[in-house]
Amino acid sequence: MSEWLPSVFAVLDATLRVSTPLILAAMAGLFSERSGIVDISLEGKMLAAAFAAGSVAAVSGSVWLALLSAVLVSVALALLHGFACITHRGNQVVSGLAINILASGLTVVLGIAWFKRGGQTPALSGDARFSPIELPFAEQISDVPVVGRFYADVISGHNLLVYVAFAAVVATWWFVYRTRFGLRLRAVGENPLAVDTAGLSVSGLRYSAVAICGLLAGIAGAYLSTAQNASFVREMTAGQGYIALAALIFGKWRPLAALLACLMFGFLDAVSIRLQGVELPGIGEVPVQAIQALPYVLTVILLAGFIGKAVAPKAVGVPFVKER
Amino acid sequence: MSINTASVPLPAWLEVVVIPILNLLMALFSAGLIMLAIGVNPLEALGFMIQGALGDDYALGYTLYYTTNFIFTGLAVAIAFHASLFNIGGEGQAYIGGLGVALVFLLLDRYLPAVLLVPLGIAAAALFGAAWAFIPGWLQAYRGSHIVITTIMFNFIAASLMVYLLVNVLIQPGQMSPESRAFEPAAWMPSMKAALAPFGIDLVSTPLNLSLVLALVCCVLVWFYIWRTRWGYELRTAGFSEPAARYAGIRPRGVIVTAMCLSGALAGLVAVNEIMGVHHRLLLNFPAGYGFTGIAVSLMGRNHPIGIVVASLLFGVLYQGGAELAFEIPGITREMVVAIQGLIILFSGALALMLRPLVVRLYLRVKPVESLGPATA
Repeated sequence: MSEWLPSVFAVLDATLRVSTPLILAAMAGLFSERSGIVDISLEGKMLAAAFAAGSVAAVSGSVWLALLSAVLVSVALALLHGFACITHRGNQVVSGLAINILASGLTVVLGIAWFKRGGQTPALSGDARFSPIELPFAEQISDVPVVGRFYADVISGHNLLVYVAFAAVVATWWFVYRTRFGLRLRAVGENPLAVDTAGLSVSGLRYSAVAICGLLAGIAGAYLSTAQNASFVREMTAGQGYIALAALIFGKWRPLAALLACLMFGFLDAVSIRLQGVELPGIGEVPVQAIQALPYVLTVILLAGFIGKAVAPKAVGVPFVKER
Repeated sequence: MSINTASVPLPAWLEVVVIPILNLLMALFSAGLIMLAIGVNPLEALGFMIQGALGDDYALGYTLYYTTNFIFTGLAVAIAFHASLFNIGGEGQAYIGGLGVALVFLLLDRYLPAVLLVPLGIAAAALFGAAWAFIPGWLQAYRGSHIVITTIMFNFIAASLMVYLLVNVLIQPGQMSPESRAFEPAAWMPSMKAALAPFGIDLVSTPLNLSLVLALVCCVLVWFYIWRTRWGYELRTAGFSEPAARYAGIRPRGVIVTAMCLSGALAGLVAVNEIMGVHHRLLLNFPAGYGFTGIAVSLMGRNHPIGIVVASLLFGVLYQGGAELAFEIPGITREMVVAIQGLIILFSGALALMLRPLVVRLYLRVKPVESLGPATA
């Protein structure tokens, strides 16, 4: 048992690391979509935020300024999305796509113009990055079999943003299900007319929802360039925004279920690296591409209603027209 | 006096010409601001782009070669739009269309003459593209899964599938880069230079090939299908109102599946231009974003073939001009074009209605109130 335990722990440890941006982005998407605004621009917001964080950290040397600028950039893009979708009733998918493409182009253009490194930002070290945190007692109880090692190897030793991601899930759950704002948020995504009749501002609620979405997506972006990696690399989101969206749908737009979906997709990612060229008993070698495509395939199957049924918020994607 | 500007009808020339041009200008103006921010003179850049895209036969050849791709993907998005379906999967459908071309040619290119090979290749591209769009279409029609999400997922699945096939199955033995072997010249789509040479027209050698003709034929066919056939009528009706379509005896499910298949087939034809016309082998990532650009093209072209040709030409200029620009001005890269594309989708698509109230107010100031229909009374 003691032989394979360390490698299992290593995979779980990696799972937490790769799941973190997915979790933050999925919670971001949850706020937006629960308020009735489709958000396929998680990818673009994360990418722009990662670039902002990477650039500011490189120039200022402060990871906190980097985080702040990532959040500002991401919230700005989220408000742009809101401006198009809420104020001007534009097509939400088109707006999201525009933000993704804009971010994809602009991060490279500005990166090359500012740093002249082919779109990469300078490497970060020291205070310009989020560094691992040793949780209390990790050292002392690491000798306890299984549980102690699990605490020391898997739970402890991550950077701050990993723990922020998990806290964000709890906070999201509490916000959405236990506060007045959350009740209104869910109502505005299901039946905006009822919310309007109750004398509340549909636009106001939706704008606050996309702003929170921007905040969380910004943290996810900062994680990519200042915590998980030590610089911004062009196209570094590599579809993670879409995987987070898939996880959100897989979790049926609920925080805890979405968290589990993110962890599952993260686990698949962590495992796929280790399974490269490994013969599995009875199956043979599994192509890495098959494991990489699995989150998308599973989401398609789920959406088709073959495993349970994912029902979107009723008013999602429909612009609210007050006057009639 | 606040009036509801949304219900004020505008003359067609304002709606179809002036507002789209204003939207485009806002996008280009924003692009100019970005260039200023990185220390590039936008007017100088514009000059380089136009010169680099339209300046001589060579530049024009490249521009029209890009245009061909955009016509295919633009039509693909438009035909789905008319059925009120949003096909974001053009990228994946084009990719799988390339797989169809490659499979047919790798099997047959040594045995058949060009007269058979070229039509077979076109058919394979369309068929494989259609098949890749059929699944999301069927899932939307019969299982209620949302087409936007499914087609996004299918882009990623297509990408993984193609990497696997190219790295493990279709790769030319003994070669490092994941590409198939080159097809026999009989399977190539004739280049425009070769096609026009017998008529005494001498062109410079560019990637431009007869796929452009195919694209223009597709424009006419799509126009005819949407506005002049019973099926097109059904498609537009189902897109406009599903209950109305049902009441009229139209089966919306059948329309959804048909529209997606046609859309996928058109996107698949990108492979004719790229794989049959230019690369003559299957290679990784050949759709290179053309599928996504099709969305911008269709939005700008107001989902009409004529508009799509104009918008495709504009994007052709943007792509080719952007490539030249990257040569001419150090510090600016091809990705500038991607950013401009994002701005165009933003202003022509998501914010398409932003300027309408302003235009309506100006229009009402010029035209007295009696010209308004009874709708606003």
